[in-house]
Amino acid sequence: MRNASIQVKGLQKSYKEHHVLKGVDFEAEKGKIFALLGSNGAGKTTVVKILTTLIQQDSGTAIINGFDVASNPVSVRQSISLTGQFAAVDEILTGRENLVMIAKLRHLKDPHQIAADLLQRFGLTDAADRKASTYSGGMRRRLDLSMSLVGKPQIIFLDEPTTGLDPEARIEVWKIVKELAGGGTTVLLTTQYLEEAEQLADRIAILHEGRIIVSGTLSELKNLFPPAKVEYVEKQPTLEEIFLAIIGKKEAI
Amino acid sequence: METTKNHFFSDLGVMLGRSMRHIFRSMDTIVTVTIMPIAMMLMFVYVLGGAIQAGTDNYVNYLLPGILLIAIASGISYTAYRLFIDVQRGIFERFHSMPVARSTVLWGHVLTSLVSNAISVVVIILVALIMGFRSSAGLLPWLAVAGMLALFTLALTWVAAIAGLSAKTVDGASAFSYPIIFLPFISSAFVPTESMPSVVRVFAENQPVTSIVEAIRALLSGQPVGNDIWVALAWCVGILFVAYIFAMRVYKKRV
Repeated sequence: MRNASIQVKGLQKSYKEHHVLKGVDFEAEKGKIFALLGSNGAGKTTVVKILTTLIQQDSGTAIINGFDVASNPVSVRQSISLTGQFAAVDEILTGRENLVMIAKLRHLKDPHQIAADLLQRFGLTDAADRKASTYSGGMRRRLDLSMSLVGKPQIIFLDEPTTGLDPEARIEVWKIVKELAGGGTTVLLTTQYLEEAEQLADRIAILHEGRIIVSGTLSELKNLFPPAKVEYVEKQPTLEEIFLAIIGKKEAI
Repeated sequence: METTKNHFFSDLGVMLGRSMRHIFRSMDTIVTVTIMPIAMMLMFVYVLGGAIQAGTDNYVNYLLPGILLIAIASGISYTAYRLFIDVQRGIFERFHSMPVARSTVLWGHVLTSLVSNAISVVVIILVALIMGFRSSAGLLPWLAVAGMLALFTLALTWVAAIAGLSAKTVDGASAFSYPIIFLPFISSAFVPTESMPSVVRVFAENQPVTSIVEAIRALLSGQPVGNDIWVALAWCVGILFVAYIFAMRVYKKRV
């Protein structure tokens, strides 16, 4: 893939006796959404930690935006941002202060303007000067995501971005992720929700027991199964559809 | 590494500003590290002081060094707490995946500990002055006292770092400080060790707080410091050195 933002080859990682990654290979294309799908404990977070320079692999290579994570972590860090499993916001600071802090740490000009713009974009202007500890789960996740966008990194890693969110907040996160990719940002997200991968991802890779067992576009994956049979089934609304229809969010689906 | 090295001081400044806000927004922290030691000082001077035979006519002078050490020991338990929260909440991971000078993430906490404890020490000394504390010491002895307290803070901060980085629960992160806060009570901080039963006295005379208290007391009253200052320095440098090595080991394992 010539236009690859992320190239991973033969990635291996063990924790003591436990062989978590047994040779992971995949490539993610620039400006696309790549979903790493797998059950709990499949090694998704370990992959993300290696790609974001938090830990080092035992063997194999990972190239992010043209830079090797092992030999050039500083350049990798300048190209990426990470939104971890738990919203890593500073709860004692206000939303605005959180954003200003990140902008300063990315050594950007005019941190206050950057913060104001992102607060506006994520609908947090009214809550901007409240402590983040007073935010709801969805607001906290929005703040978390907006902090990841400070400095417009080319590649964004989202480790289970919607785990623990209510359906409304989850759809909001999906919308943000789609907008990001629309703007040319490469997104690598991990998820254990099949629906999430189906909704968002341009390419999907399934990580199972330390290896990628399949990868491809959704239609490629569908082709792995026997061709669809036409059956007539009475369509019952799912509970989620009912929930969203009642609270008046059906346009967001 | 060049690009991040240049930002070391600005990154450190951002980290310091962040944790100082944490302190000033936490009533609990302010009460524990400043109000409590002051209350203790008031109680010892105005309630118990009349009955204590410290062999001095100015008990505030006698008491102040111990109170300062208690304040610092309470202060560093919050350093452990803040470190623990940062590790738990994923703040460390966020910073480490950014192009910041990585060492500032930990050093920011260390610097915060020094600055915040310095502030509470100054506040307590001001209150002591109102209560009648007087010192004949010149600039040089005062600088020596400041250096001694800074070294004590730094040594305990690295002990706190071990606790904060390796604890599994919030309680575990700050529990280590209770014995340290207690040490001044079994020392010459409040009463001369001569009044204690022999076993307690042996412990009191050979634990670090007594030598630090005696050294600071001598410096502030213009007395010769004798051996105490060297024993105090040896304790502080020794604790600092050992704690730093262990803290860095835990830190490297954790990140």
